[in-house]
Amino acid sequence: MNEVPWWSSETLWRKTAIWVTAFMAVVLIVLTFDTVRQITAGGERVPAYNVINQKIFYEVNSDRGYQVPRIGETSALFGNELNEADAEALVTLGKLTVQAKNCMNCHTLLGNGAYYAPDLTKAWLDPGWVNEDLREQLMVQFLMDPENNARTFGTGRRMPNLGITEKEAHGIVAFLKWMSSIDTNGFPRGFKPLEQEDGA
Amino acid sequence: MSTSTVNVPVASPLTAGQRIAMHYFIAAMVLFLAQILFGMISGLQYLMPDVFYNQLDFNVTRMVHINAMIVWLLFGFIGSVYWLVEDEAKTELVGAKLALINFWILTTAVAVVVVVYLFVQVGPGELKSIWLINEGREYIEAPRWADIGIVVCVLVFFYNIAATFMKGTWSGISGVLVLDLVALAGIYCAGMYFTPNISVDQHWWWWVIHLWVEATWEVLVGCIMAWGLIQTLGASRKVVTTWLYIEVALMFGSGILGLGHHYFWIGTPEYWLSIGGFFSALEPIPLVAMVVHAVYDSGRHGFKSANHPALAWLIAHAFGNFFGAGVWGFMHTLPQINLYTHGTQWTASHGHLAFFGAYATINIAMIYIALQRVRGNVWMSGGLSDNGWKWKWSLGLLNGGVVGMTVALLIAGYDQSFVERALEGSTWSGYFQAQQSAWFMQAMNWRMVFGCMTTVGILLMFWDMLTIGTSETRGKQALAPLPE
Ligand code: HEM
Ligand code: HEM
Ligand SMILES: [Fe+2]
Repeated sequence: MNEVPWWSSETLWRKTAIWVTAFMAVVLIVLTFDTVRQITAGGERVPAYNVINQKIFYEVNSDRGYQVPRIGETSALFGNELNEADAEALVTLGKLTVQAKNCMNCHTLLGNGAYYAPDLTKAWLDPGWVNEDLREQLMVQFLMDPENNARTFGTGRRMPNLGITEKEAHGIVAFLKWMSSIDTNGFPRGFKPLEQEDGA
Repeated sequence: MSTSTVNVPVASPLTAGQRIAMHYFIAAMVLFLAQILFGMISGLQYLMPDVFYNQLDFNVTRMVHINAMIVWLLFGFIGSVYWLVEDEAKTELVGAKLALINFWILTTAVAVVVVVYLFVQVGPGELKSIWLINEGREYIEAPRWADIGIVVCVLVFFYNIAATFMKGTWSGISGVLVLDLVALAGIYCAGMYFTPNISVDQHWWWWVIHLWVEATWEVLVGCIMAWGLIQTLGASRKVVTTWLYIEVALMFGSGILGLGHHYFWIGTPEYWLSIGGFFSALEPIPLVAMVVHAVYDSGRHGFKSANHPALAWLIAHAFGNFFGAGVWGFMHTLPQINLYTHGTQWTASHGHLAFFGAYATINIAMIYIALQRVRGNVWMSGGLSDNGWKWKWSLGLLNGGVVGMTVALLIAGYDQSFVERALEGSTWSGYFQAQQSAWFMQAMNWRMVFGCMTTVGILLMFWDMLTIGTSETRGKQALAPLPE
């Protein structure tokens, strides 16, 4: 006989497919509203752009058990304290430059991108920039002429010359500084940040 | 069981939809070649960083590599849908002329985008660069003008398909297909705006990437697979359709919230650690179901098929999807592991096996199905005149090459996670220390060796596609349906 058992009925599975899909889509949409609210700049997890006027530390938080960014005392980028609008404009210039120069097809940002060059999530805090006083200048110099400022650690892999102007370089540094203040749930783990003086 | 009747080929001219499909298939194969060429250059730059330094840098070669892949896979899908639409709707394509014009506009746009990538490469930090040169966001680098063009072309394509089904008849397969295409096109729009906020940027970027490859593309290939099994094996439509619904339920049931496995470390809230980890860990289940489905059906029909190369590639798809997406994806999807593997060569290992195994394979299968018809419904079962050595060897070389690259990258990934991430805490010097460790460097060499194998496989496959069936005198093997 050709009795179709209930569990292999076409209609049953069509209905199941529709209901499961609809349910999951609704849950995703609800969560998306909450997530977008939490990651809008100016919140707990993603600070406002004028955070670039302050020191940023990456330290173990004993409640959470891993490193998270901590915002410290005032330490204006390039010596200019910026209001929120100007800070946003500078970070925006940096982000536009990062996209226009296609940084993500060599580097990762927040761990996404390409694997030919180091992750930039905490680049602002990298010990490779020697110390707090030299950092800003070294970063700008490097971005504008990576060919002659390359430290390839013996791999021979140099960043190409992307025609970055001084203004764009300032924007990129602001963007990187702001990015390092994002709460990434402890990624990267065990990072060894540049030593910074802490007046707090 | 079916009796194999050997008769003379009954050639029938291609239908309008099938002629459009052939355009897309040919363009897809040209782009596949471009993908491999630029992949080989990127891989070589790992070994010899001075190759094309300041001329054609890694960011450009890699962008062309992955963009060519996205576009050729989409072309392959569009071609496949045009190929099957009339058969499935049991009527003629509604707007054949429109479809042809649409193809040429899309193809010209792709060519312009690639020329700009290669010769302009980068622009100043202004919105203008994002509109005209490239968007600087992995996989969807296409400049904004092209994004809009793509959406318009996809809408025209969608109109053509939906209207054809409306004129003809609907089926379970076509219903799922059309709804899925709406979602696929809609999701692309999530990737089309600029924001300085990198967390928001990556949040929506993953909507496009993840909800494509782990939801809508999976269901699209599920539809193509369902139709393909009916074609190559004469599988029962009822069984195949029921399976398709089960797969949709499982795939969307796990894959939609599985999106959370990309929300662990980009600034998004902590609840994604559990939601993303849990649902993405379920994603392999539908992929197992698909293997069972394909192998069970093939076995039931005694692996007797009208088109051996196509069936072989369909089975390669089922296994490739399971291993590349299911197993390789699962390996790094729990947050406890992903913390150390995120954004390393692990990811690249998974990306290669998944895209090739799940999506390149099924497009190749569809092209073999099409070629059989193009060559005049000829015999393509066992006992081809040259014993089918070309398709068999190219199948082996291509799959072996990609698996070899995947394993090499996995070893590099282990090394990198351990040295750079676990020991050195992901500093710049830690990164370069890992890149120089002995196992990592060996793995990069092996990747190129297997890359060469893949390339040879592809060239052989092209040769096979140009020649298979051209001097065949026997007709297509007839398939009798199984007694139910
Ligand atoms: C055919 C389906 C799939 C394809 C084509 C695919 C492809 C990819 C690609 C290309 C990436 C890297 C994206 C980037 O460049 O940043 C990626 C990331 C990832 N995939 Fe898949 N994937 C598929 C299915 C799956 C499945 C089923 C799982 C889990 C079970 C999975 C887990 C992951 C995870 C966890 C990442 C993030 C890796 C990281 O943190 O760096 N994938 N996938
Ligand atoms: C000759 C063979 C190939 C070579 C030498 C090659 C090489 C490369 C290289 C060097 C990268 C950049 C990885 C990085 O950022 O460090 C890459 C990325 C990628 N390739 Fe290939 N590739 C080849 C074939 C393929 C094939 C056949 C596919 C799929 C159909 C593919 C899909 C991808 C994907 C999805 C990525 C991005 C991975 C990610 O971001 O995680 N490649 N490939
Ligand atoms: Fe995913």
